[in-house]
Amino acid sequence: MILEPRFTDSVADLPTHKFGPSSLTWWGIIGFMIIEGAFFGLAFAAYFFLMGHEQGWPPEGRQAPNLLWGTLFLIVMLLSEIPNSMIKKAARERDVPTIRGLMPVIIGIGGVLLVIRGFEFNNLNCRWTDDAYSSVIWMLLFLHTTHIITDWGDTIVLWLLMRTDLGWEGRRLVDTDENCLYWRYVWLLWIPVYLMIYWVPRL
Amino acid sequence: MSAHVPERVRREDERLARERQKIARDGPKLKGAKLEARLERTWSRPRGIIGWLATVDHKEIGRRYIVTALLFLALGGVLALAMRVQLAQPDSALISPQRYNELFTMHGSTMMFLFAVPVMEGVAVFIIPLMLGTRSTAFPRLNAFSYFMYLFGGLLLWGAFLLNIGPDIGWFAYTPLSGPQFSPGKRADIWAQMITFTEVSALAAAVVLVCTILKTRAPGMTLARMPLFAWAMLVVAVMIIFSMPAVALASSMLISDRLIGTNFYNAYEHGDALLWQHLFWFFGHPEVYIIFLPATGFVSVITETFCRRPVFAYPIVVLALISTGILAFGLWVHHMFATGLPRVGYSFYTSASMTVAIPTALQIFCWLATMWDGRPRFQVPMLYVVGFIVTFVIGGLSGVIIASVPLDLQLHDTYFIVAHFHYVLIGGAVFPLLGILTYWYPKITGRMMNETLGKIGFWMIFLGFQLTFFPMHLAGLLGMPRRVYTYPAGVGLELPNLLSSIGAFVVAAAVVLFVINGLFSLYRGAVAPSNPWGASTLEWAAASPPRPYNFAHIPVVESRTPLWDAEGELPVVTGLRVDEKEILLTTVVAATPDLREPVPGASLWPLIAAIAVGVLFVSSIFSPWAVVFGAIPAAIATAAWFWPKELKRHPEPVIS
Repeated sequence: MILEPRFTDSVADLPTHKFGPSSLTWWGIIGFMIIEGAFFGLAFAAYFFLMGHEQGWPPEGRQAPNLLWGTLFLIVMLLSEIPNSMIKKAARERDVPTIRGLMPVIIGIGGVLLVIRGFEFNNLNCRWTDDAYSSVIWMLLFLHTTHIITDWGDTIVLWLLMRTDLGWEGRRLVDTDENCLYWRYVWLLWIPVYLMIYWVPRL
Repeated sequence: MSAHVPERVRREDERLARERQKIARDGPKLKGAKLEARLERTWSRPRGIIGWLATVDHKEIGRRYIVTALLFLALGGVLALAMRVQLAQPDSALISPQRYNELFTMHGSTMMFLFAVPVMEGVAVFIIPLMLGTRSTAFPRLNAFSYFMYLFGGLLLWGAFLLNIGPDIGWFAYTPLSGPQFSPGKRADIWAQMITFTEVSALAAAVVLVCTILKTRAPGMTLARMPLFAWAMLVVAVMIIFSMPAVALASSMLISDRLIGTNFYNAYEHGDALLWQHLFWFFGHPEVYIIFLPATGFVSVITETFCRRPVFAYPIVVLALISTGILAFGLWVHHMFATGLPRVGYSFYTSASMTVAIPTALQIFCWLATMWDGRPRFQVPMLYVVGFIVTFVIGGLSGVIIASVPLDLQLHDTYFIVAHFHYVLIGGAVFPLLGILTYWYPKITGRMMNETLGKIGFWMIFLGFQLTFFPMHLAGLLGMPRRVYTYPAGVGLELPNLLSSIGAFVVAAAVVLFVINGLFSLYRGAVAPSNPWGASTLEWAAASPPRPYNFAHIPVVESRTPLWDAEGELPVVTGLRVDEKEILLTTVVAATPDLREPVPGASLWPLIAAIAVGVLFVSSIFSPWAVVFGAIPAAIATAAWFWPKELKRHPEPVIS
């Protein structure tokens, strides 16, 4: 037997989008951030586990990675938060022209970062096949690179969408807001990865 | 706010706002058969094979998960029978040592990765939205994607096995055995990449479940009123999110050691085989609880319904679930007692392993109290609960015993361990699963399973199980090592092994009986009303089987046992649109109405994306460049998945 309905309130006037933790996508993104964070956390654990076996870090006969490109990457990445914050604010204010104008900037920065990343790989002073130290250094840089590339591709697709009429729709502004949140996570994660690759071997 | 909005867009906004007033919504003026006909049109997927492949209906996906997982259970069971035939007598030469290695590897991998975890997720994907009073899971396309990834992972493993390149390294694939030096060829890579498939699948399903449970509950279903099964799945999904990356990372490192010559596990270049064990068991121990906790949710559901009383001490059961989930991450080293650890490590992990018995015991006491205070009806699902408690307590106690290091060093890698984990996994998870499948069968299919066949099947599997696995304790105490293809005559191992082999066939016969009952009842079973067991939770307010939209109106929850307190009427909210798919989002803790959320329609892109990612994974077994070139179609498929099919604005957002 299906129970008879007893009508209470109507939800017809509820909004169809909100920014932040009310949104379902926000929770989805937080979920994937935790998953990626778990990957990095475990990669760090593997790093320290292998480091514990060594007399020196880097092991004797190896040089720590050159500082120049990684540090440059860090600086550019931190500076990218300026346009990122502006886009995030514009999304919350439904300032679509600003979003359309600034997204190419952040995509451009992403492109520059990927070029710098190429130089970083060339300046690790080791090949992944050399020893466990080299393998783990390469793994950290590789993991972070996939992180950058996926968010970069994602941002390009979102930018193309924001250029259409749908860009004015509230839910797309929430998407933009959350894409900016994700970019914050990408650069925030780079700080410990940078320290692990470039500074822990110099301690 | 509107300073940036040009005149053209402003006019468009106004026009859309006027259009919005005309959208048809459910309510006192639109209810009953007329409403149901409109919802049926809106929520049905396209007909035909394309619609079948493109469906995002959680009920269809959940059913597929369950059926696929049960097929893998059958396949894994056949391998177990083959092993039991081999071990029925000493010095048997029926199966070669190499083939035997493949058999136990395939058996363990299939049961853990292709049966136990997916079947729990499948049941949850089917029932959780119904139980929470909503019409869909969160991210239904991601849900469809997760099923296809799981299916492809299973096909990879079993396809390889049939091509005689199945893995032979044990289900935990210890290095250095699984490394490039001792496992040349592709067998180990097949195993490692099957892991990647199933982990991607499980992680996607976990995010779907967390978001569904936190955001789509019916209004009024505060966290404190949430059904215990939903609590169990919330804890499990969070555990998946934290633990599965460990095995995915470990297996990726294994593949790269094997394919491109990294040295993570290579002791000659300062790597460490124990790194594998740490990462694997950091996943592997929580995995046990990822399988067990959903089953405790099943037990709570069945106990409540068949004792006609809410589960005793609800807050304690919830806290027990959460603390088990947390403690599960502090136990992994007890799988590694035989590797030589610092003394303090022994003490810590022994005490942690004993501690985890406390919340589990609390749950068992709560169920016993529920039965004692209620009026238990011993129908088939309840029989499985009793079978669970008996069997699981035995397995739990042998677990507490081997948490002690000196004893573990004696029993490590013997049949005592095999007996222990089958007691906790079959007793702890498969018995409740069979109970809950019987219990939810009418909701899934609209018909009841046969009670007599069900009771015969229960006693066969319960007694057959004890006959199979109890003698293994003795074989283990006598020193019989696991994973060895035979044993010598004359050392006292003949009788326990023969008993185990006989028992295995009794269990297999019971499973066949369960399947026959399931198939037979599909066509001949008594037609089920919407609430055949007189249960309290919302899934029983929907039709059996549920319509594509689940509920004509979204129910409102005023207590922990809404249907017992309904008194012939179900309070509902109104105002969701009926011309497009829409669900209600509520706040995370208090479940007050928060947002209306459009639900995506059927789409082939999740399948295409899964195929693209699958090609990437499989080809990267053979070449590292597959990661680069395979990423291109995968990126295109995911972009197309996200890209709206109509670029015009609607009065209210839709996901096309």
